Amino acid sequence: MSTADQPLVLGIETSCDETGVGIVRGERLLVDAIASSVEEHARFGGVVPEVASRAHLEAMVPTIERACRVAGIRPSDLDAVAVTSGPGLAGALMVGVAAAKALALSLGRPLYGVNHLGAHVAVDIVEHGPLPEPTLALLVSGGHSSLLLVPDVTADVQPLGSTIDDAAGEAFDKVARVLGLPFPGGPHIDRVAADGHVTIDFPRGLTTGREVERHRYDFSFSGLKTAVARWVAAREASGEPVAVADVAASFQEAVTDVLTRKAVDACRREGVPHLQIGGGVAANSRLRAMAAQRCEAAGIGLRVPRPGLCTDNGAMVAALGAQMVLRGRPASGLAFTADSSQPVTEVSV
Amino acid sequence: MTRMRLLALDTSTSAITVAVHDGSDVLSSGSVVDARRHTERLAPLVEDVLRTAECGADDLTDIAVGTGPGPFTGLRVGLVSARVLAWSLGIPVHGVCSLDALAHGAVERGLVDERFVVATDARRKEVYWATYEPHGSSARRLTDPAVCHPAALPQDVRALAAVGRGPALYPESLPRAVHLFDVDAESLADLAVRRISSGEPMPVDALYLRRPDALTTAERGAR
Ligand SMILES: Nc1ncnc2c1ncn2[C@@H]1O[C@H](COP(=O)(O)OP(=O)(O)OP(=O)(O)O)[C@@H](O)[C@H]1O
Repeated sequence: MSTADQPLVLGIETSCDETGVGIVRGERLLVDAIASSVEEHARFGGVVPEVASRAHLEAMVPTIERACRVAGIRPSDLDAVAVTSGPGLAGALMVGVAAAKALALSLGRPLYGVNHLGAHVAVDIVEHGPLPEPTLALLVSGGHSSLLLVPDVTADVQPLGSTIDDAAGEAFDKVARVLGLPFPGGPHIDRVAADGHVTIDFPRGLTTGREVERHRYDFSFSGLKTAVARWVAAREASGEPVAVADVAASFQEAVTDVLTRKAVDACRREGVPHLQIGGGVAANSRLRAMAAQRCEAAGIGLRVPRPGLCTDNGAMVAALGAQMVLRGRPASGLAFTADSSQPVTEVSV
Repeated sequence: MTRMRLLALDTSTSAITVAVHDGSDVLSSGSVVDARRHTERLAPLVEDVLRTAECGADDLTDIAVGTGPGPFTGLRVGLVSARVLAWSLGIPVHGVCSLDALAHGAVERGLVDERFVVATDARRKEVYWATYEPHGSSARRLTDPAVCHPAALPQDVRALAAVGRGPALYPESLPRAVHLFDVDAESLADLAVRRISSGEPMPVDALYLRRPDALTTAERGAR
């Protein structure tokens, strides 16, 4: 039974290579179904937009069907539908948006087009309960690295800073390639680094001198990536073996150090004792450990969803959609389109 | 027996086109030509057309959809919408090759009386095409749908009357333009109703006719 304070919401996510369908009842997650085309992309060494879009089309109905079956609901039980309207790959987003419109239209239910980044923050509500307001969010994924001040995840998300070049996940993926690890590289670096030691002091971008003042809440990872590539090339040129585990551990340490240092600094300066981490890189074990340590030392409450809810998924969209319903935000109608560069400040369309 | 209420839609050409058919007649229809706005315009148009037909979504008994070939992004909007609508409503979805729908429309309108070609815009200076001949009140397809540069069309095909945007875009290759540019869901609906009653298989697989453009890491290495 649906009640006004426990809306049953289905969320669809297709911004990249995962077809995600999640269903929540209020602030409780019922199911997070996912179909990934990541294996199809691996042989191309990166996500191929057309391959992703084709896979979304084929996976859409089976994934929605599976989500409803596992949750034990009929489509007509739904109170609302939510979908990622952006940012992301345009063609991929459009498959999800069209599917969500068709579902909402067939049921006569409201549809919410929501921001993918806001959804990465909101997903923790179904894991750890309502978000403190305001909360500070560190969003780190293959496409984004941002620090956000979030007074209200359904309406007010303020960017404090973001990467000026590569995203953190992108740096993981590029460094993995340099080390001969498969795509996507993040989880492989995480695994390999577990057997390594931090032996190399790689550069920490935008953390010293003048740069901090100009880019206090911004990140830069391309210098780090280049430093790793040079280090590896130099070893190879001189015929020395490359200690992959140590390089991975040292690289991971540098990224994690910068991310957590800036996030904790932002919490202090903004006077917000709550940090929420989200996005695919939040699955990283070292980032989770270091954030826990530094937040504890600084008296900051830390929340990180379980790894499966950090990478792209449908539950996060459903979670944000349910918040939109609960807070009485206006629905999006059926005439909007996908916006591949939807700004983080535009929580819904 | 409840009466048929078939919703037909196509997004494989520059038109976003929708119709409701009751098994013998079109009850309502609408089309907008807006080649890059399929995502925005399809769902509101479906709502309008259903309203005009005084048909609720849950009164529908069948969905028919053009399966292309057509520019991929727009094509997928129609296909995913049709598949989700059908699933959600618990009714069957039937696929129709979009070129067949254009050919059927040309015959229905009396625009062709001998062998002809349907040639639509495939972007990248190419056309999607297939040849047909009138057959009773419909069209019979003679060749499989294909994609190529208009100048590469076989000589005898270039001499045929040509339906679709191909001749408007490439008059030097397809000089005999027939004035029917885009798929019309009324024709699609009519053709779908005929095929459903004849029990023909109507798969809803996308007719892409092209592989995604991308080189595998192995192919890149081989270069
Ligand atoms: N354990 C991990 N350690 C480090 N990075 C990881 C780990 N797991 C995943 N990643 C990285 O996270 C990224 C994927 O993040 P996500 O699933 O949020 O998708 P995305 O498409 O990059 O996201 P967005 O659209 O949110 O920018 C990839 O770059 C991947 O390498």
